[in-house]
Parts: sequence; structure tokens; C-alpha cells
Amino acid sequence: MVVFNLTQFSGKELTALPENGRIPRNLVGIGGRINTVSDTILELKKIKKSFGGNTVLNGLDISIGRGEFLTLLGASGCGKTTTLRIIAGLEQPDGGDILLDGESILSKEPNRRNVNTVFQNYALFPNMNVEKNIGYGLKIRKRPKEEIRRRVKEMLEMVQLPGFEKRMPDELSGGQRQRVAIARAVINQPQVLLLDEPLGALDLKLRRQMQLELKRLQKKLGITFIYITHDQEEAINMSDRIAVMRNGVFEQIGTPNEIYDHPETSYVADFVGNANIYRTPDKTYAIRSENILLGGEPECMIPAVVEEKSFAGGQLRILFALEDGQKITASRYGIDYDLNTGERIAIGWKEASAAEVIDNG
Amino acid sequence: MAESRKTIWPLLLPIYLFTLVFVFAPLVYLVVLSFMTRAEVWGAVPRLTLDNYKRILEPLYLRVFAESIRLAVSSTAIILLAGYPFGYFMARMSPRWKKRMMVLLMIPFWTSTLIRLNGWIIVFRSNGVLDKFLMALGLTDRPLKLLYSYPAVLVGMVYALLPYMILSVYSSAEKMDWSLTEAARDLGAGRFQAFVTITLKHTLPGVLSGVILTFIPSMGLFFIADLLGGNKIVLVGSVIQEQLTKGRNLPFAAALSVVLFVLTSLFIALYRRIVHTGEPEGLY
Repeated sequence: MVVFNLTQFSGKELTALPENGRIPRNLVGIGGRINTVSDTILELKKIKKSFGGNTVLNGLDISIGRGEFLTLLGASGCGKTTTLRIIAGLEQPDGGDILLDGESILSKEPNRRNVNTVFQNYALFPNMNVEKNIGYGLKIRKRPKEEIRRRVKEMLEMVQLPGFEKRMPDELSGGQRQRVAIARAVINQPQVLLLDEPLGALDLKLRRQMQLELKRLQKKLGITFIYITHDQEEAINMSDRIAVMRNGVFEQIGTPNEIYDHPETSYVADFVGNANIYRTPDKTYAIRSENILLGGEPECMIPAVVEEKSFAGGQLRILFALEDGQKITASRYGIDYDLNTGERIAIGWKEASAAEVIDNG
Repeated sequence: MAESRKTIWPLLLPIYLFTLVFVFAPLVYLVVLSFMTRAEVWGAVPRLTLDNYKRILEPLYLRVFAESIRLAVSSTAIILLAGYPFGYFMARMSPRWKKRMMVLLMIPFWTSTLIRLNGWIIVFRSNGVLDKFLMALGLTDRPLKLLYSYPAVLVGMVYALLPYMILSVYSSAEKMDWSLTEAARDLGAGRFQAFVTITLKHTLPGVLSGVILTFIPSMGLFFIADLLGGNKIVLVGSVIQEQLTKGRNLPFAAALSVVLFVLTSLFIALYRRIVHTGEPEGLY
């Protein structure tokens, strides 16, 4: 029996929901109480997969809540795409089980799973126009032509491409193709939508815009999103929870705040927000670069030499070398800081901003 | 636009010249020849006539055309049914196996088709390999007399032309983006539906070139019919060849060729029409 943990949802989502005047049925149990049993929509149990003796997934366990936005975050090759393909049914795991709404879907063909995918390259059918692409799922299910036309129109309005029915995929921009791919998946009303780095091919500005739009769409539809990215900023911006993946296991699962402020391992601390890893003989700490104090405060007791100064993304980054050879990066907003290369100062950090982590590289 | 056309013209000139000299000119010559009159000994005299075409309408020659079309259509159909799955599955193999299959497909091309067809004679003739094999198994009790029959010619055609279909289908299946088929499955299509609505459509160009590469030769490959069909199966190709060599009737051979050419083009056009505009009803 799955007991749903309320802290899995960030509070803001629950308060944000009644905006449109009603509480989605799927979040409310009998008598308006949060239902504690069926609020898990998807469950992975000890999922294992290897390709030709090469272990890709090594026992994945996770419960995903109804209407949750979960991000699988990890470097390329960590197994996140394989995880998605296994959920979609395009790949069979070697071991473990997948429960969708409490029922094992392991033996079901991809077309029998109430799950849809937005592929990394969108995989739009090049010989069909936008209307046929989006309507494909309904046509396969033999829905009446009139209904298909009407719902495709609704979908196009929802993804803000009204009137695009007759366009061919090669006449669309990257962002437009992306929206069509989402509409094509969502029209089938899946219980879970899988998105494989859907913004990967877009430029930064469009990415930011699409992030907001996807988030808006997800709230409006109330569908569970499982979202893949290797971009930690994107993960933090959009997710209710983030599962940081590495070498085929979830290294840490938590809300963006938990992952950012309380990383459990040095890998997570480094991958999410490039934290400094500071090692003492018996302990390892993660400290964010913005929390490094540069002299003048009582915590500053570690002698350091300025090795390098660089400017990136509106931030000045100062690289320090400590006496034992460890490197610490401090960051400050602004384009210059009164420190020169080679200068010696004492640096430090507040105890609260150093998270003790398991050292795993 | 006008500028780029001007600059590209010198580059295209050799291609135009080549086509003009080696494709268009012989064709015109053939058509002109088909309206001329046979010379006394060899060649043609420029006396215009329709007699050559009238002669084709004689039942004897109409039968030959009907027989040729029947053979070409049935061998192309068999080749398509056998070659498509082969090319399709070959494209899905690992790169290592693809290479191996490619070598296997190429081996027959190292020997002349004529010699390989003689191998089939040994298989098909009375008390040949096939007869002995079937009789040893107790499936038949006397020789089947398969050589010099329609099935033997059909087998020969299929055997000689199958690789072209396999390679055409393979080359278009190889370019196939399999994520499209996966997307179709993900969107609710069963294996067969996904194949028909997505994979088949994307491999149709390969099927089309395969059909062209097998249908056209199977209308004209006279030596297969000669070797395996003897004088029982007479195809247009054989008649043309006979009229050229033994009959020394160049204008009539030319007229037969023109009709063959037009018929083949018509069949290909018809096939393209069916494949391109007609969508299999009920499947998509």
C-alpha cells in the first residue's frame, strides 16, 4: 500500500490550483479530503536494464504523484532516456515493475499504455500536416472525423498555434514543432506525459519562454509530467520534484529547494548549481559560490590566493586556491570586485550555508 | 534567381548533351525506324508506313504481349512480396550483419547471369536435381518436366531480379527514422497499424524504384525465357531479338520496341497513381 507523502508536493502548487475556480477532481478524495491512496499515479519498482552487459539502470525506485511535475536530471548517459522509454513501453526492463494507477503495465504494448511521449527530436510525421499529426492518435482510435477536427482545433488554440492545421512539419520553426509534438501527445489525454529534453534544440530565449508555457500547460491540464533534462536551471525552474540521476540510479529525489539547499552527495551539489566541495580530513561539505564570504567577517579564517577572475552570466567568479591545494569559487553580482589575481585574503562561510554531503566525486 | 541559373548552365550542359546523344536520339531513331519499310537484304528504306504496327495487332503478337505482361506482373509481385521483408529486416540489423548480408547479396553478381541460369537448368530438367530430390522424399513418383514451362521462367525471373528489389527497399528502409514508428506506437497504433501508416509510407519510394527496376527488365529479359522456357514461352523480348537477327526486319523490331516501351511506361504510371493517391482504406 502506497502512502502518499504530502511534502512531495510543494505547497505553492496546492494553493495555485483553485485559480481557475475549481479544484481538479484528481487531487481531491471523498469529502474534499486529499486522497491518501490513489494520489500515486506511477510507480517504478527496482527497474533494471542493461544493454549487452552494460548496466544502464540499476534498480530505480520512485513514486510519482498525480499532477506532479517530476524532472529526471542527469548528465548524458545516466539512463534518463532509457527510463522514459521503459515507462512508454518502447524498451523492456530486465527486472522490476511499473505500476500505472496501481496496475502493472509491464506486459502492455506501448499503444495499450495510457502514457504519451514528446520525443527529443519531436518525431513529427513529415508526410502529414499539423492536423493529421495531432489527430493521429484519435484517428487510430477511430474517433469520428468531426470530433477529431474539433479537438485538434482546441489543442492548437491551447498551444497557441491557431489556424496551423494545414501546415506541414517542415514549414514550422523549432518552437512551433515543439508545440505540435506536445499537442499530438496531450490530445490522447494520457495519465502521464513523458517529455524527453523537449527544449533541447531551442535557443536560450525561446527555452525560457517555453519553460513557463509548459509549466502553465501542465497546471491547466493537471496531467503528470515526467520531464527529462540535463539543464539544472530548467529543472529548478519547472519541477515540483527533481530526481537527480547518475549511473542508472536516483542519487537524490526532492523538491528543487531540497536539492539545491540540502544536497546529499557531493555529486548532486556539484551538478545542481556547481557548489564548491570542501573536504576536511573526516567530512565533506558543499558550499554555494554565492555564500563564500570574502574577508572582513568573523567566519573568514581560511587563507586563500586569488587565482583567476572571470565574468559569466552577469556574475563575477573568483577562483581561490587554498593552502592545501583545494579550489573554492566565489561569485558576486557585478562586473568587478576589488581583488587582484595573486592577492592573499582570508575567506570563509557561515556554518548554515555549508551542507555536509557524502563524498562521491 | 536568373543569375544563379546562368551560372549553373555550363555545369548542366554535359548532362543535357549526354541525355540528348545517348537517350533521346536513339529513342527518336527507334520511333522513326518503326514507321519505315524493311529493306530487301538488311536495314530499312525511308518509305513511311503503318504496316509494322498493324502487324502487332495480329493475334499471334497480341498473345506474346499478353504473355509478357502476365509474366512481368506476376514476377514483379512475387519479387515485391519476397524482397520487401528481406530489405526491411536487413535495414534493422546491426551494422555488422548488414555488411555480411550485403556481401551475400553481391556474390551472385560476380558470375554472369547466363551461367547462373544454366544452374537452374540442371535443377529443373527431367530427372534433374529437383526431380531427384522430390522423388527421394517420396513426394512425386515421376519427373515433373518443369524445365521449359511457365513456372521455370517465373523462378528464373524472380531469381535474377530479386536483388534489385531487396537493395531498393533496403536503401529506403535504411534512411527510415524509426522514432516515427515508435511515435506511432506511443500514440496508440498497434504494430501492424504503425507499419502500414508510417513505415510502409516512408519506404514506398524504395518500393517504387524496386518495382521499376524489376518490372522493366522482366518485360524484356528474353534470354531467361529462352533458356528456361525453351520455345514454349515466347516473350516480346524474344520476338524483338528474333526479328532483329533471324528475321532481319529492323522496322518491325523497332515497332515492337516502341509498343513495349509505351506499355511499360503506362504500367509504371498506373502503379505510381495507385501507390501515391490511394490510401489503404480503414487502416488510416
